Amino acid sequence: MLAAQTRAEIEHARGRYPHPRSAILPSLWAVQHELGWLPPEAMAEVAELLGLAPSEVQAVATFYSMYFKRPPGRHHILVCVNAACALRGADETAAHIEQRLGCPSGTTTADGMFTWESTIECLGGCGGAPMMQVDHHFEEHLTPQRIDTILARVAAQPAAHRDGPPSRVPNPPAANTPPPPTAEGPPSAGAAG
Amino acid sequence: MAEYKLLTKDIGVEGLQTLPVYERRGGYQALRTALRDRTPDEIIEQVKISGLRGRGGAGFPTGTKWSFLPRDVFPRYLCINADESEPGCFKDRYLIDENPHQLIEGIVIAAYALQVQHAFLYIRGEYHDQRLLLERCVEEARAAGYIGERILGSDFGCDVIVHGGAGAYICGEETALIDSLEGFRGQPRLKPPFPAVKGLYGKPTVVNNVETLSNLPHIVSRGGEWFKAIGTERSTGTRVWCCSGHIERPGCYEMELGRPIRELFEEHCGGMWKGRSLKAFQPGGGSMQVLLPEHLDLPLDMDAVMKAGSSLGAGAMMFMDETTCLVNVSMRLVDFYHHESCGKCAPCREGTYFESQLMHRLEAGVATLDELDTLKDICANMDGKCFCPLGDTATWFVMSAYRHFRAEFEAHCGAGACPVTGAHRPLLAGTA
Ligand SMILES: Cc1cc2nc3c(=O)[nH]c(=O)nc-3n(C[C@H](O)[C@H](O)[C@H](O)COP(=O)(O)O)c2cc1C
Ligand code: SF4
Ligand code: FES
Repeated sequence: MLAAQTRAEIEHARGRYPHPRSAILPSLWAVQHELGWLPPEAMAEVAELLGLAPSEVQAVATFYSMYFKRPPGRHHILVCVNAACALRGADETAAHIEQRLGCPSGTTTADGMFTWESTIECLGGCGGAPMMQVDHHFEEHLTPQRIDTILARVAAQPAAHRDGPPSRVPNPPAANTPPPPTAEGPPSAGAAG
Repeated sequence: MAEYKLLTKDIGVEGLQTLPVYERRGGYQALRTALRDRTPDEIIEQVKISGLRGRGGAGFPTGTKWSFLPRDVFPRYLCINADESEPGCFKDRYLIDENPHQLIEGIVIAAYALQVQHAFLYIRGEYHDQRLLLERCVEEARAAGYIGERILGSDFGCDVIVHGGAGAYICGEETALIDSLEGFRGQPRLKPPFPAVKGLYGKPTVVNNVETLSNLPHIVSRGGEWFKAIGTERSTGTRVWCCSGHIERPGCYEMELGRPIRELFEEHCGGMWKGRSLKAFQPGGGSMQVLLPEHLDLPLDMDAVMKAGSSLGAGAMMFMDETTCLVNVSMRLVDFYHHESCGKCAPCREGTYFESQLMHRLEAGVATLDELDTLKDICANMDGKCFCPLGDTATWFVMSAYRHFRAEFEAHCGAGACPVTGAHRPLLAGTA
């Protein structure tokens, strides 16, 4: 079910590591970038490409909170309500978003435009609190007005996955890769002595 | 005393995130020096002399950690820890956003010193834009010959692989990071064996923090002795402090180690906002014990803060003013640990659950005084009894807050609401 480009990305990821299993996380990111979430059939396809059992890929996917196991809306909003953000009004931010979108944390608006949730996981934006992440981008120093402006801007943009902003840079040139990972002995004999 | 800025001195220079500007500021000269004029052992020696201690939390001397690698086992790996997820910490993100090539130069220097061909930069999934930035910078550095085969014409070759996590705080713990990188659920491993002996793919591995590695270009270009003269005897160099909470100017500020916390608080952070007064602060990120205004005169010195019953940890200062409810703050931090517990061991998996349930009852004003003893009991059965430090640290803030603000905790019992803020917090399902 995966697009040729996604499959190629998974192959590329596989080649970057000494062991193919290490490519699970980047592969799941590639799938989520294409489909917006991780349907079981897509995880099975990843397993096949990496030479693993489907259950192994599922076990990994379910451990990490950023992989969606159900399809989210076109845009995803995460509001941090941990300590540093709470001190600067994160609860009010979350309340404002709930009121604007008209649905509680963890759900999607009726028109499928936004999925939003408040999270107790610090997002690393404590210095700009209150903050949120919209389709992975940091939005800091929030006020009700700023939130409204951001929501309007984002609603006009394409979905975060697939047709959205690129999630990766081009592959490195093949000629410039280092010696194979299995090579024994120190990579630099010259200076070491 | 001179004001030292090392890691952040060029921050703000237009285009510093691009290679030409970084090079114009002297970037990659240290790598050139290292490859041309120093043996790997000489670099390790300089790092030892510098006294540099890890900036990821535990403060272990970097040169000593490096010398634990067995001499003749290859391949070996370097993992760069950019997983930063502890509440209050955002310095690694700042260093990546503002000066990514400094980190990459530090990585290649470390790789050379350790004779590593593959360096894996593990960056948390939430730092999506930062991952893209680093990937772009790695490609830039590769095209310029700073990464890849025969770097700068030397015999040394090394690749840097940027690897995105996917939302799990525990993957910052070094052995969980290794598990995650190998493609498993990120759960800590039993130590020993330590990663230096048996780490990634069963090979000798060093895990270092972003800020730790960003120091290396400076140590190589100016020498270990020079670095050692900054800071104090046992806490050398500078640190980037991430300051948050009720202060006028939240943000990242680099300061020499050993200066008083008060200087950071008053001069850099601009003191309390809205003219309010300081009630408490946390000096090291979500896992560290709370301190009081009287501790503002402590020096920013790892050992001195430890003596006062807390730790500088990952360098996150969270300041709380007089309106803050310490029960509320404790509840949020406990919720964090409950959410992030990896579930491998019972004391943490079950303990953080009970802790969280109890904190919600307390904050809602429905807990009884007896339940405070239960809370103490739960924490006593976790601290020192968990498989990895996450479970232990899940008790430190709440227990220190309880010690310092006992009356506030007791006033919540049976009050029906928060006595400090007056807020009525609905109970979590299942806690009534
Ligand atoms: C639960 C837990 C989470 C951690 N998270 C991080 C982290 O996000 N970043 C980091 O550099 N170190 C983190 N550490 C510390 C690492 O295990 C390790 O000590 C550190 O990366 C070593 O780097 P350093 O010697 O350069 O400080 C964490 C430790 C624990 C126990
Ligand atoms: S202490 Fe918590 S995070 Fe650490 S191994 Fe046990 S369950 Fe996992
Ligand atoms: S506490 Fe909210 S981003 Fe850190």
